[in-house]
Formats: sequence, C-alpha cells, structure tokens
Amino acid sequence: MQTVKMVITGPFSAGKTEFIRSISEIEVVSTEREITTPAEKRQKDVTTVAMDFGRITVDDDLVLYLFGTPGQRRFDFMWEILAEGMLGFVVMVDSSKPETFREAKSILETFRAYAPTPYVVAANKQDHPDAWSAEDLRIALRIEEGVKLLPCVAKDKESVKNVLLELLYSILEEMDT
Amino acid sequence: MPLKGELRDFSTTQLLNLINLAGKTGTLTIFKANKSGEFEEVNGKKREKITAGPERAKVSFRTGKLIYAMMDGQDGNLVSVLNKAGKLTDEQARIIRERAKNTTDKALALLLINANYVSQNDVVSCIQQHTLDVVYNLLSWNQEPFRFDDDVLPDNNRIQVPIDLENVIIEGARRIREIEELNQHLPNLDMALKFPENPKEKFKGIHLSVEEWRVVSFVNPKNSIRQIAKANNMSEIEIRRIVYGLEQAGLVELVKPPGMEQSVAAKTARRPAPAKPQVQKVVVNRLIDKIRSI
Repeated sequence: MQTVKMVITGPFSAGKTEFIRSISEIEVVSTEREITTPAEKRQKDVTTVAMDFGRITVDDDLVLYLFGTPGQRRFDFMWEILAEGMLGFVVMVDSSKPETFREAKSILETFRAYAPTPYVVAANKQDHPDAWSAEDLRIALRIEEGVKLLPCVAKDKESVKNVLLELLYSILEEMDT
Repeated sequence: MPLKGELRDFSTTQLLNLINLAGKTGTLTIFKANKSGEFEEVNGKKREKITAGPERAKVSFRTGKLIYAMMDGQDGNLVSVLNKAGKLTDEQARIIRERAKNTTDKALALLLINANYVSQNDVVSCIQQHTLDVVYNLLSWNQEPFRFDDDVLPDNNRIQVPIDLENVIIEGARRIREIEELNQHLPNLDMALKFPENPKEKFKGIHLSVEEWRVVSFVNPKNSIRQIAKANNMSEIEIRRIVYGLEQAGLVELVKPPGMEQSVAAKTARRPAPAKPQVQKVVVNRLIDKIRSI
C-alpha cells in the first residue's frame, strides 16, 4: 500500500487540529494535552504537543495522512521529523490575530527550508468578525503572488476540502514543470 | 470588516505599507494603550494584555494616498496650521478665528488667498507638512491598538492634500530610532537585494537621499548587504536603516545570495535534506478525486 503525507502547520491556536478533524475519516489521533500556562489556557483548553494525525483512505492501495504540527516553539524539534517525506504543506494563519502573523511567516520559512515542496497558506477563521481579509494577509505576511493564499474556516469541511484540493493542484502544476 | 490589531504586532510602517500596496480608502484610528493587568502568551512569550483607550490619532487615506491626519489635542484647523507654520501671526490667527467661526477650512482658504494673506502654495504646503508631522510622530508609537475602517473619510470641509505614501514610509523609516527593531527586521546582513518587478514604475516620483542612491546603485543579488555597506563605508545601523526604508517602500526585495541557499538549508537541517517523495501524477489525481467526493 502506498501512503502519502501532508503537513498542516502554523502558530499556536491557528486551527490546525480543527482542520484535520473536519476532513479525517477517523477520529483524529490527537496528542493534545491540557494546557498548563494560564495565558494559553485563556485561548483554548488543550494543545497539541507532538502531532495530530488524520487519515483519508483513497482505496486499498492508497492512503493520505494528514499530520498537524504542534504550534508552540518549544515543540519545534518535532517539526522536521514531521516534514520528512511530505508531499506538500498547509500553513494555517489565524486571520483574526495579527500578533501571530510574524510567527506564521517564520514557521512558513522554516518549513520551506526543510523541503522544497509545494505549499499553500490558509487564512483561517474568516468567519471571525475581526478577521483580516486574505488580500490584506498576503501583504502583511509578504506572501509572493505565485503562492496560493486561501480564505478558510477550518470547522467547515467544504472549506478544508478546497484548501487541500488547491494544494494538490499546486503539486500537479509543479510536476508538469 | 475593519482591520484591527496592535502596533506592537503590526507597526505603523507596516500598516502604511499595507494601505499603500492595497490602495485602500478609509481611516486609521489609533487608540491609547491601556494596560489591563491581565497577561497573555504570544508566540511563547508572556506579555500584558492591552485594551483600547481613548482615540489618540486619526489618519485618512484615499486609494492608498495619505490625505488627512489629526492628533488628539490638536484642532488641526487651517488657522492653527498656518499659525504654527508662521504664515499667520498669533494676532492674525486670533482675529480670523473670531470672525470666521462658522467658515469651513476650504472657504477660509479662499478668503485668505484672495486677501493676500497667504498663497495657494502656502496653504497646500502647510497642510501637507502638518499631515506629515502627525504621521511621523505616530511612527514612533509601538504599542497602541488600532483599527482601520474602510471607506470612512473625514469631513469634506477639511482641506485634503494627497501625499504619496512611499516617500512618507522612507522618511518615516529614517526617523525610526529603535535599532532593535531594525535588527529584528534584518537580522542577517549576508542577505542580498534585488529590484522588484517594474522597478522603473516604482522609482517614478521617488526622492531618494544621496546615501539611498549609493545603496541602490549596488543592488544586485550577488552583493550581500554587508558588502554594500562596506563599499559605501556605512555602519551596520546606517545600512539597516536605508535597506529597511527601501524595502518597506517596495523599491527593493531581500534575497538570498548565491551559495547562501545551501548554507541556510544546511543550518536548518540536522540531517541531510529529505529527498522529495516519489509520487506519480496519477496518485495525485486519485487524491484529488477522493477529496472532491468526500
């Protein structure tokens, strides 16, 4: 059986676990732990310490695995391990939290250095009243015109499908060049 | 929906750059930063939460050009601006204020020009300078909450002088004194510079200082910023300040010079760079079909 892997990365609380949960056919194998820092706890109760793991079975011969990285820098030793052999990656950004944009850009650059695979940027939480638009995010994060920056709501399966499809289209395009 | 954030996360210069590049029309309001006493963790660092207090400044833009700025505590009307610039004496200003209480700035400007108190050029340049002074002042702010409201513009009675933001951004960068911010933005002087697409268009109407032209003349992906500084006998701070301004104005872009690509990858990878997965097109197409069908 052939397995392929995609990585979902981004800063703390960007919506990576939610993204995988929306599309995975299995209950996400999550290594979430209760948050111990009071400041983080205000944002959410559990965080990913090693990885989230989702699966989409195409048929008996082919399975797609989705790996979600832990968002906090103190777990970044896991990132490179997760990046190994990935077909492509998605960088999730919480569009309503400008304080995380710099970190998102830094994570994006780190993953680009790990492997020259295609990637897309998902401007998540577009349903939030304070969300920056995808166009503004492109300028704020200095994302090149050739890179897809997609509006996203991670809890909406159709939105997640769109992000994954766009990443797969980018992978196809790269194969053609 | 309005753009909201805090200047400690997204600086005034970055905001001006965003407004310029996106050609936005609307008003940026900056609020006093009130400490809340509560703490939050951002990117692994603990910091005090701030809330938006009273308004401190308002800056308006039309299609990416600066048209109006007002600081809290300054009335910013035409008489005050001309008085501050020395075009009207205190006594003249007092009399005009008394006699033209209900006159709009535009009507007052016409009266003053017709009465030969000031020229049209005086009015335009004084309003422009006042607007720039306000904006340059808030470039040094680095904490305050902000909000940008699309399509909200100042009272039409105010005189609005459109100002290109590129020059403001460059001048603003000159005034940024915090070396830390510059260091943070450009931590590695071994990076090189290249011109963006359509450089001719971007440089049109731009006024660069002699030092900036000297740096621009060395822009080439083969030259590291450190080499450019050395060739021009500039300190690290000077070169950082100039490159920061040029980059924020969209006149140059940072690139890795040849050879550095590899060294960065080598530093990042603790093990040899993983080989690209050997996946065939047919596999990707099967994945696409599957996801479409979910």
